[in-house]
Amino acid sequence: MINILKNRILKGVVTRHIDPALPKEIVLVGNELKSLILKQFGRSLHIREVDTGSCGGCESEIISVNNPIYDLSRFGINFVASPRHADALLVTGPVSKNMLVALKKTYQAMPEPKFVITAGDCALDGGIFKDSYYVEGGVGKILPVRLHIPGCPPSPLVIIQRLLVFLKSEQADILKRK
Amino acid sequence: MDCSEIVTGIKNKLPDFNPIDAWQSYPDEAYIKVREDAFKDVCTVLHKLLPSPIMMLFALDMRKDNTKFVINSVFVRPKSSQWIIVTMDIPQENPVFETLARGIHSASLFEREIWEMFGIQPKGSPDLRSLNLHDEVSPRGNYPLRKDFKIIKPGNLSAYQFARVEGSGIFEVPVGPVHAGIIGPGHFRFSAAGEPIINLEIRLGFTHRGVEKLFEGKSYLEMVRLSECVCGDASFAHSLAYSVAAEKISGLIVPRQGLILRAIYLELERMYNHVNDIGGIAVDVGYSFPAAYATIIKESILQLNESLTASRYLKKVNTVGGVLADIDETNKQKLFKSLKIIKHDFNQLVKILDSSVSFMDRVDSTGILKRKTAEDLGIVGLAGRACGIPADLRKYFPGVYKEAGFRIGLQESGDVLARLRIREFEFRESLRLIEELAIKLKKNEQIISISKPELKAGAALGYTEGWRGPILYWLKIDNCGLIERCKIVDASFHNWQGLSYAALGNIIPDFPVCNKSFDLSYSGNDL
Repeated sequence: MINILKNRILKGVVTRHIDPALPKEIVLVGNELKSLILKQFGRSLHIREVDTGSCGGCESEIISVNNPIYDLSRFGINFVASPRHADALLVTGPVSKNMLVALKKTYQAMPEPKFVITAGDCALDGGIFKDSYYVEGGVGKILPVRLHIPGCPPSPLVIIQRLLVFLKSEQADILKRK
Repeated sequence: MDCSEIVTGIKNKLPDFNPIDAWQSYPDEAYIKVREDAFKDVCTVLHKLLPSPIMMLFALDMRKDNTKFVINSVFVRPKSSQWIIVTMDIPQENPVFETLARGIHSASLFEREIWEMFGIQPKGSPDLRSLNLHDEVSPRGNYPLRKDFKIIKPGNLSAYQFARVEGSGIFEVPVGPVHAGIIGPGHFRFSAAGEPIINLEIRLGFTHRGVEKLFEGKSYLEMVRLSECVCGDASFAHSLAYSVAAEKISGLIVPRQGLILRAIYLELERMYNHVNDIGGIAVDVGYSFPAAYATIIKESILQLNESLTASRYLKKVNTVGGVLADIDETNKQKLFKSLKIIKHDFNQLVKILDSSVSFMDRVDSTGILKRKTAEDLGIVGLAGRACGIPADLRKYFPGVYKEAGFRIGLQESGDVLARLRIREFEFRESLRLIEELAIKLKKNEQIISISKPELKAGAALGYTEGWRGPILYWLKIDNCGLIERCKIVDASFHNWQGLSYAALGNIIPDFPVCNKSFDLSYSGNDL
């Protein structure tokens, strides 16, 4: 216990600003986001992740997004264990034929309203695996994708920035419709 | 060192043995070509003589050249730092060979793969179920790695037969392919009676992307990028093994500085993964503070990688002939400074874990893999060292590691704690190796071979000890520089079976921590 307390105090707060040059923007987005998430999804946005044949690089970075340095949950975005609890599906990989059914079933298991995000170059169109006999070549062919996060793999900062910018534009859309 | 010694060794056990041919293609690779009927006996003798598990067993479609299929079986001979490859031809009219799996368990999965990918049948095999081409998706009779294969043809689908445990009170728990965490897809079928697991069957192949086929027909100089995407958390080790194979064929000599840099990057990759797993083990027993602490260390190594090579996962660093990222004087200082902080943080992490009785209680004697079982299964790398098998390619083929005085980590008990201790030891050893090696880096040295690659046909085995264990690439190139065959074996392919034995007798809630202590790759296994 004493070790934990000592290290907790010595390490201090390690959480990073998302973009040191634009801290105001982030606070702004963060605040707007809260109101959007409050309206749309009832307090927080829950994401379920599915790997459809990625190399594991994207998973590693998505896990990093949740570490104390990037700490995505401070914006009210959390990763959940079941599609039943999820508002958004985050898909990686070029969709291997063996994962096609599992991907569709996971999406079907989610309650409405729901949307799909893809991460990583191979989730867009199959990327480097595009010409393979065993990939469907992109999540967009199977599910309606609202946001793609590019990169091989996308870094945690890119993932957070893209998510925040996307959610902000979503909010603008909703306001316009009103 | 030539192959006559090995041939004599086999003859002592098999008096009538006469190889068709025996040659040494490279100083570290010896081939023995045998007749079809002698293949099984020779492999069995070598398996016991060396002793070595089957490190690789794979087929080639050579029907265009000589109407034959070829099967190669790769063994390692630590004594002489050599790979022994037994090879035989199989006529295309009768694509059948006698199974090795009844005598050598480590051949079993490879034979299933050969059957499903080439349609060459291992006669008498105990198990011919499909691995990567799932019966529910791809009909039997599609052989993707044959040269005349185009696309998966439709046909009758069937279902996979899981091994069943029967009896009163037995129930099955199916888990996956989509899991609760942010990890790759795989299916685990537990049979349990009460709490303990009686049988665990692991079904993989969900991330099969046809990687080996994708290599074929492409220029070998450009395919380093694809090898990086085979397994994302070992991208450097994979591209290294690939590059070694390509360099052997094209006669490129990597300059000394390049070799040192490769060793440094390889150890950095080992470090971030080991600390990630130590944190993962803490997560899976619900000990969140050290888990978070470990992610901070992992992140600092990833950021160090980025500042040295512009890539967090050391991608686009390897190339055929050397490396593309040097470590200059400023970066060297940065490296030493970061390592100092990382070392301090890591010591604190170990202290936090060691001082928790409840944590130790969860990992001690959980998920035991016995040495005998591991040897029979052909378990390699970290998981093997945790149960007392002293195998490490850095020891067998030392190279620059010799100068740094490489020490192998070894544990006896084979439980989660042993695998944790190996990781702790190797993390510290990697730190020390990097410091030793970085001192040897010089200013403005060549890091990449300046000679032009020879354009010639050839085949070679590339290898390296990744953080999970050995990673092997067997590469064959035609005389235009196009890849004819690229066979990949990640340590995960051997070790997944180890997990299904380690979990036996444990309770299902302890399975995640057993799984994390192996932390095997889905994508590296499924290819």
